[in-house]
Amino acid sequence: MAEMAEGGGGGHGKGKKRAKKSSTRVDMTPMVDLAFLLLTFFVLTSTFSKPKMLPLAYPSKVDDKTDVKGPKMNNGITFLLSEDKIFYYQGEYYFKGHIAPDGSVTELKEADFGPGEKGVRKLLGKLNNYVLVKKQGLDEKLKRKEINDSIYLKKLDGLRVESEALKVLIKTDDKALCKNFIDLVDELKIAEIGVIAPVDITPGELQLMKEKLKK
Amino acid sequence: MTPMVDLAFLLVTFFMLAASFRASEPVTVNTPSSISDKFIPENVIMVTIDQDGRVFFNLSGAEARREMLTNMIGKYKMKLNDEQIEKFTFMSTFGCTMQELPSYIDTGADDRITFQTKGIQVDSTTTNELYDWISYAGTAALNSAKTGFEEAKLKGENPDAEDFKPKFILRVDSKTKYQKAEDVINVFRELNLNNLNFITSSELAPIN
Repeated sequence: MAEMAEGGGGGHGKGKKRAKKSSTRVDMTPMVDLAFLLLTFFVLTSTFSKPKMLPLAYPSKVDDKTDVKGPKMNNGITFLLSEDKIFYYQGEYYFKGHIAPDGSVTELKEADFGPGEKGVRKLLGKLNNYVLVKKQGLDEKLKRKEINDSIYLKKLDGLRVESEALKVLIKTDDKALCKNFIDLVDELKIAEIGVIAPVDITPGELQLMKEKLKK
Repeated sequence: MTPMVDLAFLLVTFFMLAASFRASEPVTVNTPSSISDKFIPENVIMVTIDQDGRVFFNLSGAEARREMLTNMIGKYKMKLNDEQIEKFTFMSTFGCTMQELPSYIDTGADDRITFQTKGIQVDSTTTNELYDWISYAGTAALNSAKTGFEEAKLKGENPDAEDFKPKFILRVDSKTKYQKAEDVINVFRELNLNNLNFITSSELAPIN
């Protein structure tokens, strides 16, 4: 136990006279109780992981009157989201009456957020291989200090939107949850995808997804 | 016992300094997680959407909030007394229709969580209140960004204008229907605000 300094620096006669030695030990138990109470309070209330923000650029609204046809996507993938379900197809959307050059119509494939073969991460890793491999090259250059941080970031941004890089469209139905959407965007960011466009679903695609969901 | 007490106080001090307190929010939201590591800046316009799709609004900065409110009550031809305006400037997130606003302000901070409201009106045939909130908040936030930038310049710092620009942030619950978020996003897009941010809790990036 801590003890109070006795006599408190008084070497005077007066002090000596008064010195009837009573106990100078201070009971510290209440203070310690309080200290632990506060400790418990702060431990339980403090949150350490500060929220972060995930930037996402939406396509700007196009005036309905001007009939702007989007650029032809030859290196795109479209994800369709429903509640905890995720489907995708590659390339353009082909339907009866507008079939692909080889005569096929679009079929949806199912994916999931797991680490397995059907996982989105593996799929994107394969499809966006071009960017990921080049990014590794940049990483190594950065490590060897051949380029500095700002050049690295600039090159990375440029790389992500090259024509060989994968472009992604996200479409959701009325049951999709925000969690599904953010999870997908997160996977896209992990896969270094630069062009992410959340757009409206077309009735044809909605129909395709409904059929898939019934199975 | 002395070393133990020393340690206890050390820990108390640490947690006290490390803890950050937030004003009580009228709505609880469990955000999804992502690997993003971008911190939330000072100057923000935040729209919160809870699990049921109710919309709440927040703008940082007391001066900006006052400016936004004055414009809003001007547009909706409403009367608020000085006390209510003062109270509003120190309120954090709020969510109610313009009609409910006076009674919402008069409700105590702790009772707002039980305030019966459908949140801010997003879409209707005549008026879109969220549209007005965002557009007035945008101008107010830009003004406060300008003053912040000028002040930093006067202090002899070398400020980056990017740091002061208001950011538009969406805070959604994991279980919110995306369609509800889309309604709000469309309001932003109508105002030509296409660069949005989602609040997420952080998650470890995969090691490859």
